[in-house]
Amino acid sequence: MNSLKLWSAIGMIVLASSAGDVLLSSAMKRIGDLDELRVRSGILAVIVRIFREQQFLMGLACMAVGFFSLLTALSWGDASLVAPASASLTFMVSAGLAKIFLKENVDRRRWVSALLVCVGVVLLAQ
Amino acid sequence: MNLRKYLVLVLVMLFGGTGDVLLKFGMQQRGAIRFSHLVPDLFGALGNPWVVIGILCLIAFFASYLTALSWADLSYVLPATALGYVLVALLSKYLLHENVSAFRWAGVLLISCGVGWVTRGPALTEPQPQGSQHEGQTLRSPQEQHELA
Repeated sequence: MNSLKLWSAIGMIVLASSAGDVLLSSAMKRIGDLDELRVRSGILAVIVRIFREQQFLMGLACMAVGFFSLLTALSWGDASLVAPASASLTFMVSAGLAKIFLKENVDRRRWVSALLVCVGVVLLAQ
Repeated sequence: MNLRKYLVLVLVMLFGGTGDVLLKFGMQQRGAIRFSHLVPDLFGALGNPWVVIGILCLIAFFASYLTALSWADLSYVLPATALGYVLVALLSKYLLHENVSAFRWAGVLLISCGVGWVTRGPALTEPQPQGSQHEGQTLRSPQEQHELA
């Protein structure tokens, strides 16, 4: 029962943070290079510009759900299980979503990297 | 990719890893979240100083993460910043005194390989041919183009 509870929380973290990642990435691509924007119009303008982006706010909401699921899961299990387990799944799910929704060129190099990191993170949980 | 951009990626992994461990440290001091008192327990956790410092670290993580996403693909940034999990393993060992087994060290090695592998590739998907003159085309160094060929 405890382990079912823990893994549901982990599933929640993965879903919420992958969706959040994709939304944030999409928002940031629309805004463009933050460093250049900051040099041109200052840090305040950057913050205002970011918070006016609807996809950013949606991504932020997803991240908040993911974050509170993480807080909950961290109080139920080891950080060295919860953080790696949710992260490893998030890597693969996000790479898939990035390919589908962001049309990113997820080539063999990126799949292999995501897989190496994913397996590595699983080993970290041993 | 220039030195400044690699520095942003380093900040993403440093703040992310430290933030996770501080949160865990704070939540451990506080005790388990009860399902029956989910909301008060979660907000009560905000009273713990380690949780607060952890959250500040995660805010710094978020700012550098957004910066990275503004000039690099999601499927590049995620693996490229995965060394943060290595940091979690190290901090767990020395700060939280959790046991780091041979399996975990193997995991550390695999993650490092994955990070090394992805950061040698292009950071941004090439814009479509009909697209505007986006600077993405200039992001690949001649060396990287050679490796891809």
